[in-house]
Amino acid sequence: MSKQYETVIGLEVHVELATKTKIFCGCSTEFGGEPNTHTCPVCTGMPGSLPVLNKKVLEHAIAVGLATNCQINRYSKFDRKNYFYPDNPQNYQISQLYLPICHDGFVEIETANGKKKIGIHEIHMEEDAGKLIHDEWTDSTLVDFNRSGVPLIEIVSEPDMRSAEEVIAYLDKLKTTIQYLGASDCKLQEGSMRADVNLSVREVGAEKFGTRTEMKNLNSFKAIARAIEGEKDRQISLIEAGKQVVQETRRWDDTKESSYAMRSKEDAQDYRYFPDPDLVPIVVSEELLETIRQRQPEFREEKMVRYMDQFELPEYDAEIITSTRKLADIFEKTAEICGKPKKVSNWLMVETMRLLKEKGMEPEQIHFSPEHFAKLIELADAGTINSTVAREVFEKIFDDDIDPDVYVEEHGLKSVNDEGALRAEIEKIVDANPKSVEDFKAGKKKAIGFLVGQTMKAMKGKANPQMVNQILNEVLSTK
Amino acid sequence: MSLMGLTAVQLGQKIQSGEVSAVEAVKESLERTKALEGKIHAFVNLDEENALKKAELIQKDIQSGKLTGPLAGVPMAIKDNMCTKGVLTTCSSRILGNFRPTYTAEAVLNLEKAGAIMTGKANMDEFAMGSTTETSAFGVTANPWNTEHVPGGSSGGSCAAVAAEEVSFALGSDTGGSIRQPSSFCGVTGIKPTYGTVSRYGLIAYGSSLDQIGPVAKDVTDCAVILDSISSHDPKDSTSVRRESYDFASALVDDVKGLKIGIPSDFFGTGLNEDVKNAVLHVADVLKSKGAEVELFDFKLVTDYAIPAYYVIACAEASSTLSRFDGITYGYRTEDFTDLHNMYKKTRSEGFGPEVKRRIMLGSFVLSSGYYDAYYLKALRTKAMIKQEYDKAFAKYDVILAPAAPTTAPKMGESLSDPIQMYLSDIYTISVNLAGLPGITVPCGMDRNGLPIGAQLIGDCFREKTIIRAAFAFEQSGEYLHCDLAKGGIR
Repeated sequence: MSKQYETVIGLEVHVELATKTKIFCGCSTEFGGEPNTHTCPVCTGMPGSLPVLNKKVLEHAIAVGLATNCQINRYSKFDRKNYFYPDNPQNYQISQLYLPICHDGFVEIETANGKKKIGIHEIHMEEDAGKLIHDEWTDSTLVDFNRSGVPLIEIVSEPDMRSAEEVIAYLDKLKTTIQYLGASDCKLQEGSMRADVNLSVREVGAEKFGTRTEMKNLNSFKAIARAIEGEKDRQISLIEAGKQVVQETRRWDDTKESSYAMRSKEDAQDYRYFPDPDLVPIVVSEELLETIRQRQPEFREEKMVRYMDQFELPEYDAEIITSTRKLADIFEKTAEICGKPKKVSNWLMVETMRLLKEKGMEPEQIHFSPEHFAKLIELADAGTINSTVAREVFEKIFDDDIDPDVYVEEHGLKSVNDEGALRAEIEKIVDANPKSVEDFKAGKKKAIGFLVGQTMKAMKGKANPQMVNQILNEVLSTK
Repeated sequence: MSLMGLTAVQLGQKIQSGEVSAVEAVKESLERTKALEGKIHAFVNLDEENALKKAELIQKDIQSGKLTGPLAGVPMAIKDNMCTKGVLTTCSSRILGNFRPTYTAEAVLNLEKAGAIMTGKANMDEFAMGSTTETSAFGVTANPWNTEHVPGGSSGGSCAAVAAEEVSFALGSDTGGSIRQPSSFCGVTGIKPTYGTVSRYGLIAYGSSLDQIGPVAKDVTDCAVILDSISSHDPKDSTSVRRESYDFASALVDDVKGLKIGIPSDFFGTGLNEDVKNAVLHVADVLKSKGAEVELFDFKLVTDYAIPAYYVIACAEASSTLSRFDGITYGYRTEDFTDLHNMYKKTRSEGFGPEVKRRIMLGSFVLSSGYYDAYYLKALRTKAMIKQEYDKAFAKYDVILAPAAPTTAPKMGESLSDPIQMYLSDIYTISVNLAGLPGITVPCGMDRNGLPIGAQLIGDCFREKTIIRAAFAFEQSGEYLHCDLAKGGIR
């Protein structure tokens, strides 16, 4: 390949908002549920039914807009996007085209190449569609409208990204910001965050963009990265072979690591967008805007700085702990109770992360209380329980949020700090293992480990390890 | 006099006083309807069983003092584009021929709460698209004054049912004149309220930004009382307006002293039938004699541009709103199809009538990319301009007096052959919908063939009371003319 190419990427990101009810009716947005149980005349498109905007949706959309430095349209409208498909009971989707709620924003990302601003073209509100279920047995298709009318925002970026790394950093930034706002849980795997990738390539230095394609069905960061690499290579080979890139929508198949064309620009539908006459224009008052501004949380970057400053956490710790608002919240509450921020941070970064990974959980699923967590840190720190026991108790807290005081008491897990009893046991062990004592005297320092192990075993793991070491050294020195 | 010869308010009083029962009233309404339907066909479906059951329950509530309102126990007809739970609601279309809604329209609920009893669903132009009730998929409705003539439309069934005294009153809907024009043709009184006054929840839309439900009755008093009952602020309808007062009946005062009435001279030029012209101008004379001031004014812009703007906007909205009728979840589905698109195509081709198809195509065209700005946006701008013209007029006048239609009721079969001519006949009513204003039609005379003529009084936004007062004052000068089914009659 003689020529140098540059990849130009813009994203359309759909985010499902975490409201209790749907965007235009009072039906529950709860996931699951028997088909067509979370429905009413509005979200099943019954004749004569009318949509009414859920104010929470507007507030979330504005909050995301403010967090991504967008201008908020003080006068905004909903439009109808007309197309026939059975998952859409009205055969039009209520969306925003002409006057979206937010526009012209940006987020700052950081990659190995440093910091960079990614422009946000617009953010608009819209409704989700229902789900089609194909029944092979009866060779028919059924429609479940439980998802119909679940609120979404679509965040449309400018074509400002140049690599998969930047795309991942941008998505990660959006995800963290939106999670911090509590506006969505942003799970790619479960579809509460979906990204479509618009990609084109051009020769380095070229002014005009190349012809772009749109890639759909990307369900993980890894799939997105693979799809970007695959599509970039496909387009470059076309150009190198003297062929044209066709403007089209493609579907990524992550198991085959390849994509195929879904529809070209020629079959693009005319959606006949026009303002929905059933919904009045949205007028955003200064008051509402101010209320939302006041409610904006402390975001990750500010938190990181504060943690390093106020709690003297290393940057590494601060970065991991602020990666989700859940971890940060637990950290702050626990540190406040026990006053030992670095200890809290260690427990979160090591044990908590290990358990999350083992159990295949997300930080959002953590349900233990900072109170119990703080008590555990106190117990371990005071030497009331030793570190092995502490890890065991922490796992119980992680699973069932038990009270560590009660648990340690009930299971007799307190460290044995009775010096007399320990010394007696150690002397017995030393006498019973003359070979180890000989080795130790001969300079084999490792031998002491065996003796410590024997002592801990005899004490059923409850001995205070520092005390064991100390007494053992004393006893050995007399031999 | 039969009970159905009374106005709704008069019948309501007799029921409250115990002179007659709700059951007797409903029975008489049903009997008369069944006797006349062979000639009139005002109803798509009668709901006899439910109506009688309800009448018994309502009668108990009246006797126990729970229901004391003026409409309790009074039989009514509901235009078939308003959803009624469990009761067929067809919009006079084959595509909804089997549709039973799961809920009841808000305006109908309001009347049910007031104790009015629905005897059935009134015929209409299919999806309210038409001016004669001839586009109904379930047969035409005849004008009770002369059954060779149409009743007007699209609320032709509602107006014919009231004129033929099958029911005491009815609800209609008005997108471009669909209450006011058939009221004129049938010699009854009808109000199209200010947009947002009556909830549209449960009204199967034709043009959402123009549709309003309103009363059709024998006189202005009935209309005001019914309007009191159906108006409400409804949180289920975003376009519903919370109004300061709903007490429309308080405007039933015979006093127009100092009332300023404007007559748009452009509405009285060519194309207006001579008999209609004279009858409507006679209204001006009567009101003048009662102390109103009358003046002619120029209204050329509205006259020239209202029709094209209306048909672009209404059809655009309808083309999208009606796309939900696809055979998937409810309504008609074609029997044989090869795949999804074939099913859509056949269902809609077989389910919709020609006038509905024409308007869906027209609406889809004006919204298409490349035409949107030239047609739809321009129509919206025209709509805004028409509102401004009305604002200017209402800066000078309290009420605008106009005909409701250029002619009296045409003969059946004369209108549909020339749709453009039919669209042009909406000239006096549609600008009122574009501007969102209230309008009332009151009977004001007969043409040389004995067909009724109505006069239209138009008010500024939220000024229903002003037009009700003017219409009431005019009405006091004459008596309600029972149609007696024109010739021979049944009474």
